[in-house]
Amino acid sequence: MELDEFVLKVEAEIEDLEPGTLTADKDYREIEQWSSMYALILIAMIDTEFDVTLTGEDLKKTLTLRDLHTTIKSRL
Amino acid sequence: MSTFSIENVKIAGIAACVPKKRESNLDYDWISEQEQKLLIKTTGIKERRIAEKGVATSDLCFKSTEQLLKELAWKKEEIGILIFVSQSRDYFLPATAIILQDRLGLPTSTIAFDVSLGCSGYVYGLSIISSLMKTTGTKKALLLAGDISSTSLNKRDKSTYPLFGDAGTATALELTNEATVMNYGLSSDGSGKDAIIIPDGGLRNPITPKSFEEQEIEKGIWRCGRDLKLDGLAVFHFSITKIHPHIKQLMASQNKDASNIDYFVFHQANKLILETIRKKIKAEPEQVPYSLYNYGNTSSASIPLTVVTALKDEVTTQKKSVLFCGFGVGLSWGSVILDLDKIVCPELIEL
Repeated sequence: MELDEFVLKVEAEIEDLEPGTLTADKDYREIEQWSSMYALILIAMIDTEFDVTLTGEDLKKTLTLRDLHTTIKSRL
Repeated sequence: MSTFSIENVKIAGIAACVPKKRESNLDYDWISEQEQKLLIKTTGIKERRIAEKGVATSDLCFKSTEQLLKELAWKKEEIGILIFVSQSRDYFLPATAIILQDRLGLPTSTIAFDVSLGCSGYVYGLSIISSLMKTTGTKKALLLAGDISSTSLNKRDKSTYPLFGDAGTATALELTNEATVMNYGLSSDGSGKDAIIIPDGGLRNPITPKSFEEQEIEKGIWRCGRDLKLDGLAVFHFSITKIHPHIKQLMASQNKDASNIDYFVFHQANKLILETIRKKIKAEPEQVPYSLYNYGNTSSASIPLTVVTALKDEVTTQKKSVLFCGFGVGLSWGSVILDLDKIVCPELIEL
């Protein structure tokens, strides 16, 4: 899955989010809707879509969805 | 994983009791309305039952047992073993199972003891009681499992408070040649002990005044040493990496896959975890019953409570192949594949 598609996937997981709010280089935790619950939701989504199971630590080390996408690709 | 089979023991009945008092996560005002909605959607937990102050887990199990024995028409003098699986006992000592032997009016020949396990406790308890019935030739036995978790939760900790509910259950087991075989798989990993822990109050960290000092761990999470701590991400990672291979391995050892099992009754941890496991073992949504929505995570009571509240009509009238899977605090996990064949299942009891 390419980065653009990944960003759209993440966007679809977040409730009440205007399309286009998330970009590859934005700190995704900075969006108004962010909650710690989304860490679980993201890990589950990545697990289902990529068959890569990230830890909480993996997630903490990333700032943007580009970072996250790079981490996932390195585990494929 | 330690795998083994037990023959000649069957589950004759299952009963569950919950407190009357309901608490809705829509009223949990420590978090915003938006967070409440996301919490309910993700965890699948809308409501929980909370015991009144002074009520013990053994009270809920006692109620369940009395009703179950009545509907089974079992005589109390026939009971040979009573095991109480819980992490919320009546006293530091003696063991609660012994107190229940007397309170229930069971004979003094009863073998009675406690097992200190949580989420995995029901499956471990079934394996212990069934093995003991086999080796002692005990015809009838009682496994009581449950927890009052609410007293260990801090209302200002959004990572624990809205997840747990209180419940106490009773399962009646019978030694009989008519029973089909039970197949178990059990595992432990103490390196994950800090993932779910009440740090203070045992011998490692005795109670001091500091045990009651609340600290802000992160935004929305306040707790003290006597409160339950849950590392949500660590538990989540454990649950979605360790449980599905364990279930697949147990099924494979019996030449089974998900299509050969009628129902997968999981410990009710949270919906996101259970759905992730369900997809990985290739089970259909209708094979995985839930009690989370109305009762939350009820620790070792969650599997029998789910049978009573979601499968009663099926298992009281037909023979169903089920896989029970408990996983969590310890870390500890275990599964059993067994048949529920027209068992006795009283209506959910409220106290």
